[in-house]
Amino acid sequence: MSLNVVIVGAGPAGLAAAWSASQSNANITLIDQAAQAGGQIWRGGQGYAPKRYRHLFGQQTTLHYRKQTHVLGASEQQLYLATPQGPQQLRYDRLILANGARELFLPFPGWTLPKVVGVGGLQALVKGSLPIAGKRVVIAGSGPLLIAVASQLKQRGAIIKAVVEQVPIAQLLRFGRSLVGNPTKMLQAAQFAQALANTPFYVNTWITAAEGEGEVQQVQLNNGQRIECDYLACSWGLIANTELAQQLGCRLEQNFVVVDRSQHTSRDQVYAVGELTGIGGEDKAVIEGQIAGFVATGNYQAASQLAQQQAQARQFSQQLAASFALRPELRQLAQANTIVCRCEDVTLAQLQSQPSWRSAKLQTRCGMGICQGRVCGGATQYLFGWSQDSVRFPIHSVSVADLVMESV
Amino acid sequence: MSSVIIVGGGIVGCAVALELTQAGWQVTLIERDCLGSGATAAGMGHIVVMDEGEAQLKLTLFGQQLWQALTADHPQPHEYHACGTLWVATDTEEWDLVAEKAAVYQQYQIACEILDAAALYAHEPALREGLVGGLLVPNDSVVYPPKSAVYLWQQAEKHGATLVYGEVTTIQTNYVQLNDGRQLSADAIVVANGQRCIDLLPELPIRAKRGQLVITERYPALIKHQLVELSYIKNAHASSGDSVAFNLQPRPNGQLLIGSSRQFDRTDRQIDQLLLSQMLRKAIDYVPALADVRCLRTWTGVRAASPDGLPLIGQHPERAGLWLNVGHEGLGITTALSSARLLADQMLQRQSQLEIQPYLPRSLQQEQPQ
Ligand SMILES: Cc1cc2nc3c(=O)[nH]c(=O)nc-3n(C[C@H](O)[C@H](O)[C@H](O)COP(=O)(O)OP(=O)(O)OC[C@H]3O[C@@H](n4cnc5c(N)ncnc54)[C@H](O)[C@@H]3O)c2cc1C
Ligand SMILES: Cc1cc2nc3c(=O)[nH]c(=O)nc-3n(C[C@H](O)[C@H](O)[C@H](O)COP(=O)(O)OP(=O)(O)OC[C@H]3O[C@@H](n4cnc5c(N)ncnc54)[C@H](O)[C@@H]3O)c2cc1C
Repeated sequence: MSLNVVIVGAGPAGLAAAWSASQSNANITLIDQAAQAGGQIWRGGQGYAPKRYRHLFGQQTTLHYRKQTHVLGASEQQLYLATPQGPQQLRYDRLILANGARELFLPFPGWTLPKVVGVGGLQALVKGSLPIAGKRVVIAGSGPLLIAVASQLKQRGAIIKAVVEQVPIAQLLRFGRSLVGNPTKMLQAAQFAQALANTPFYVNTWITAAEGEGEVQQVQLNNGQRIECDYLACSWGLIANTELAQQLGCRLEQNFVVVDRSQHTSRDQVYAVGELTGIGGEDKAVIEGQIAGFVATGNYQAASQLAQQQAQARQFSQQLAASFALRPELRQLAQANTIVCRCEDVTLAQLQSQPSWRSAKLQTRCGMGICQGRVCGGATQYLFGWSQDSVRFPIHSVSVADLVMESV
Repeated sequence: MSSVIIVGGGIVGCAVALELTQAGWQVTLIERDCLGSGATAAGMGHIVVMDEGEAQLKLTLFGQQLWQALTADHPQPHEYHACGTLWVATDTEEWDLVAEKAAVYQQYQIACEILDAAALYAHEPALREGLVGGLLVPNDSVVYPPKSAVYLWQQAEKHGATLVYGEVTTIQTNYVQLNDGRQLSADAIVVANGQRCIDLLPELPIRAKRGQLVITERYPALIKHQLVELSYIKNAHASSGDSVAFNLQPRPNGQLLIGSSRQFDRTDRQIDQLLLSQMLRKAIDYVPALADVRCLRTWTGVRAASPDGLPLIGQHPERAGLWLNVGHEGLGITTALSSARLLADQMLQRQSQLEIQPYLPRSLQQEQPQ
């Protein structure tokens, strides 16, 4: 019988893993909750991927691609799925986790106003059908995503009132210099710079409040400046979707899954790739995905040829993390009455008296609502240093009927 | 003034802390995690008079009366919700149980109302077709246990009780040892740490009985009462094997809590998918609209089961100065206040409102679980 390799996530990392695993005669299943492969960055499909990566979408004959399928939980050798045909279990011999990342949100006064959105969220809305032409947008927070999305929005006719980056200029320049020797990233940076010529770009600056009647109308910066806008898009970085890895007991360090050079986690037969192991974007995702796909199917030779690129990608990821580390002042933005948990309306003051995340959950319901701590968990970790105590089944909310498995 | 150490800050430990501080004792409560952790954080918080034997009925009824007194002026800190219980009969055999149950309740002046099928559907239209009737017990209610535990603790703290975070690893005569090396001493020690009591006192006849629950998004209009199947006691109290019983609770905020299941000797947190499926299939069978209700999460909790289903309240049979309040199985929220009162009565040599005999820690040899 051939080996069952199951890959969770059809973003760049998962697609690359599927592609390289398909070079063997293993039985490969690629699962994604979305209707289309591509993940965060290539959402919308093949056409959104750079030419050098389009082959990853190729229809390999041995591949079972399961779209609109949520992986709800995992145990040794078994995944629990919610599929369009109802709940199912799936056995695996090798599991490659490529769950990607989501945006980190930090609370500040006014962050719950309508039209205060995540930078990635706004990007997705605009890729959808949100008309942005002529709209005044402030983009604030930290990281390369600010500039990338600002330039995309500008191309679609948005008026970018300001890009507000919390990092000091010297640190930013150091990051820029570190890109020397990385031609794709240099080129990208140059394109963004050109696209954003004449756009006000503030460094060493951050949002202190969003204000408005019924929706955001202006933002306040720490330098005292006020800027009027129709949208405020924030991004404070990304956090990895480690829930499945945690359920399986994979070791985490600083909220990323720990892997060795084969992308192998601390659990037997379980691999992790892409944003899960450290935020590094599409190139890192593709390299790591390919390595895991090869290693999981026994093709060590092919994997070892990618070692140098892997090292470079990881180095970039570390530089990214160090360069855009959040400054401590951002912990002071939320006021006593600022909502931290949006699902259950829990304020900062209610949380300040709690000794731990668990106690906060039990006493204030923080993290117990619809998002299950996906949003406020990242924020409270940053604000209080609390770590999540457990990851519960199901990872995504589903209907009761979707949890009723046929007996096996 | 006498001093006491209470091991465990679940609902029972917090209730005991309040009883003893009010009586003038100097109380130190030791908790390894956070207040209201353990089974208290996991349970359904149904304050229910349960009639599996006279001793259980009296203890739960007394518990309910104390809960009513506690929450009368301040329902909010407990998220107290007077939803009542509706016991649902699916067939003629269960319909016979309705009459029996009603007779028992009436004997103790517990308000209840027999519902025929039409009345049942008038109360709960979401129930599936073809049911024969039910028994409505209007004075049963629901609290949110972790908050109640903290509320009880805060009252105790006002009277001077002290909280120490740490894990008790051994209990000696008049002192306990913590995992960080600290030793704390007192005139008396109360063990109230739920199922983990057997880590400290392996001679106790307590077995783990694990449960799984599911919480949903908000559906405020679906049901009004806590719905329980009439065969609940039969299904829930099998003495071995895994079992499920239909138990559905409307939370005050509109969420639904779906139970229940029982598994012996398991304390891990991994969801048993098969048992979960059985439990949910049963829930959908009673309330078909549940199929499309969205689940937010599932979790497990561990009940501390004694051989006869009654808690152990009183002095350790072989160790003077060591007191027990453990073994509350699936009723420890209901019985927290009544058991704490009965324990304090014994420690203070006061007269008790209930005959204490059935709850005294029994001779350990005879009662070892099979
Ligand atoms: C909102 C957002 C916007 C971004 N925009 C950009 C950008 O413009 N430019 C840029 O360079 N980088 C961007 N990134 C960074 C992006 O994470 C990486 O560039 C790249 O997409 C990472 O690839 P990946 O395969 O590791 O993860 P992802 O691309 O995130 O793919 C993960 C996939 O796994 C699926 N998945 C996760 N969990 C489950 C589950 N339990 N069951 C089923 N499927 C599951 C998801 O649906 C997703 O398709 C963005 C990230 C985010 C979060
Ligand atoms: C799924 C489920 C549903 C239930 N539903 C209901 C219901 O509807 N109605 C009802 O009345 N009851 C219900 N129960 C039962 C009820 O929850 C328990 O009986 C009750 O919570 C027991 O409380 P406790 O304080 O004795 O123990 P626990 O709540 O377990 O508290 C023990 C405390 O001691 C601490 N601790 C443990 N060991 C140590 C140590 N060595 N040192 C220091 N601290 C320690 C723990 O951290 C914990 O905080 C349910 C239980 C479960 C599992």
